Amino acid sequence: MFINFFFSLKSYGVPVSLHEWITLHHALSLNLNDCSLTSFYHIAKSVLVKNEIYFDKYDMAFLDTFRDVETTDEMLEKILQGLKKVKELHLTEEEKKQIEELNLDQILKNFEEQMKQGHYKNHVGGNRAIGTGGRSTQGAWGYNPAGIRIGQGESRHKRAVQIAEKRTFRNYSSNVTLDTRQMKVALSHLRSLLPILQGEKLDLEKTIDKTCRNAGEIELVWEDKEKKASKVLLLMDVGGSMTPYSQLVNRLFSAAGTQIRRFKYFYFHNCIYQDIWEDMERNKSISTQEFLRGEDKDYKVIIVGDAEMAPSELTWVNGAVDYWYHNDTPGLVWFQRLRDKFEDIIWLNPLPARSWGYVHSIRMIRDIFPMFELTLEGLDEGVKYLMTGKGRLHRANYLRETS
Amino acid sequence: MDYFKGTDDYVISPSLKDNVNVSIALGRPLLVKGEPGTGKTLLAHSIAAGLGKKLFIWNIKSTTKAREGLYVYDTVQRLNDARFGDRDISDISQYIKLGKLGEAFNADEQVVLLIDEIDKADIEFPNDLLNEIDEMAFYIPETGETITAKHRPIVIITSNSEKELSDPFLRRCIFHYIEFPDEELMQEIVNVHYPDIEKKLLREALKKFYWIREFDMLRKKPSTSELVDWLQALIVGGIPAKTVEKELPFVGALLKKKEDVEIIDNSGNSHYSYQSSSRTRNVY
Repeated sequence: MFINFFFSLKSYGVPVSLHEWITLHHALSLNLNDCSLTSFYHIAKSVLVKNEIYFDKYDMAFLDTFRDVETTDEMLEKILQGLKKVKELHLTEEEKKQIEELNLDQILKNFEEQMKQGHYKNHVGGNRAIGTGGRSTQGAWGYNPAGIRIGQGESRHKRAVQIAEKRTFRNYSSNVTLDTRQMKVALSHLRSLLPILQGEKLDLEKTIDKTCRNAGEIELVWEDKEKKASKVLLLMDVGGSMTPYSQLVNRLFSAAGTQIRRFKYFYFHNCIYQDIWEDMERNKSISTQEFLRGEDKDYKVIIVGDAEMAPSELTWVNGAVDYWYHNDTPGLVWFQRLRDKFEDIIWLNPLPARSWGYVHSIRMIRDIFPMFELTLEGLDEGVKYLMTGKGRLHRANYLRETS
Repeated sequence: MDYFKGTDDYVISPSLKDNVNVSIALGRPLLVKGEPGTGKTLLAHSIAAGLGKKLFIWNIKSTTKAREGLYVYDTVQRLNDARFGDRDISDISQYIKLGKLGEAFNADEQVVLLIDEIDKADIEFPNDLLNEIDEMAFYIPETGETITAKHRPIVIITSNSEKELSDPFLRRCIFHYIEFPDEELMQEIVNVHYPDIEKKLLREALKKFYWIREFDMLRKKPSTSELVDWLQALIVGGIPAKTVEKELPFVGALLKKKEDVEIIDNSGNSHYSYQSSSRTRNVY
């Protein structure tokens, strides 16, 4: 019946499946939502959305679909607006008895009539209409044991549409820059496929062998088991235009350090030339040539930098931004050598992707490396890219194009 | 049908309560996510206590295999027994030990099963349990026996989202994300722990606590459990509310990393004199 909502969710990119949609209808058929839109909002959210990063999108889809729906919640609201709180009413026992004799059907009928006639506005006291402090069968803070209580105290939930409008989960949306913990989660996907040894599997042959030598006395031999780990190399741009992002990069760095077993890191400034540095202050350097020769090529390489520089820094001999630094090979060539050495390599850029097209040096670097945004989504995508080995494809294409 | 209303010692938001009841009514597992220290594990305890049911806890570790939750066939024991012949080893069923999931299925009454920190295990782990959770039954090939749940257990699963769970698994769950409690709810939570706490002290402490939490640069934000520890320290130390207003005593109870303490120190002690630059990320 509100199939629109389903498609609206889909169009906002919330991954809902038919399976979950049917579960939701099952829940509705059990009337778990109590005929209220607010409960429906919560139930549908818990059944349909399985990751908090989509909550914001859910809210927007919900608003789209249900913004103009008139609900009983809304009617209540209107009535409440017309009511004013007054002193509580004190009645004698006799009066109380009289009132108790009214029956529920009558009251409900009366209530509907009142609603139709709109008698509820600013009504205080009185015996029949909706109002406060009166003896009528409707309203709040009044006295009538058989009456309908409207909105006395506070309602349990806020209205669904209002909740959705607040969009509390905006910050959980996946394209906001990340904090350490989220980074750790994203980087943990890198932790696969490198066997690191740890005993636990029964080595059958050795066990039989040992047992035989022991004249039948059973002796168990445990073998080492593969455990997942990863090899990651992080190259970070520091200084200059990267200074505003230093905290962010720092966080990525600390997340990576705890998450990855074989983790190496180096620093550079703007572009890589014949030296890379082991410390942030760029005091201790090693030769890039040596580094390229010495490292295993199965490292997953992540370069972090804004890639924003003068094109001359990439293409010129002695183009380096530091005036005391002379490079006889242009930076672009060094980047290409890096690209040729490592199979899986990505570039993470803290600048928003929409700005990439406007910076010449970014366009040049994107020709060499696949570039991702340094946000949760970008990091996730980048890590997936590394893990699926798509980098090799990119590299093959690149080599073919250039040759 | 059972209806969970909450318990006195656990403060629960209405939407979470609704979700618990939806999951009970639909007979689907409830997956609870949220920041560390928001009471995910305690929820299961509260449900069990509130409904008067037994609680089975299956703690997941990085080495846990899905099968261990169903049953373990102790072959080594059998092999050892075979050597001395003092037990009848032809009866395999004595070497089959049911795991937590198996026990929950086998129970004579409906129970609450907590699968704690499911994301710790291998990435394939939840997938291996798909069928068992759907059918609420599993087969033991060694004995040819099928264990079927006599009463569908109420399953609560917690996750710290260290790993992503697979879509087919998620499809079968009801999901709830526990938001970090706001000041009002936090006050209630603290009152459960320390009913006699001085109101002014609590107010000042909470103010400081939420102020610290607003620092985006923290490596680890303090959570509810750290707040509770800190308050304990304040109460035991007899620190008056006025002192809390001016400085941060026992900051070690809240912040566990050296860098974090430095960030707070550098921001200036007073509530109002912080520099906005070190406080929020001005980078986007």
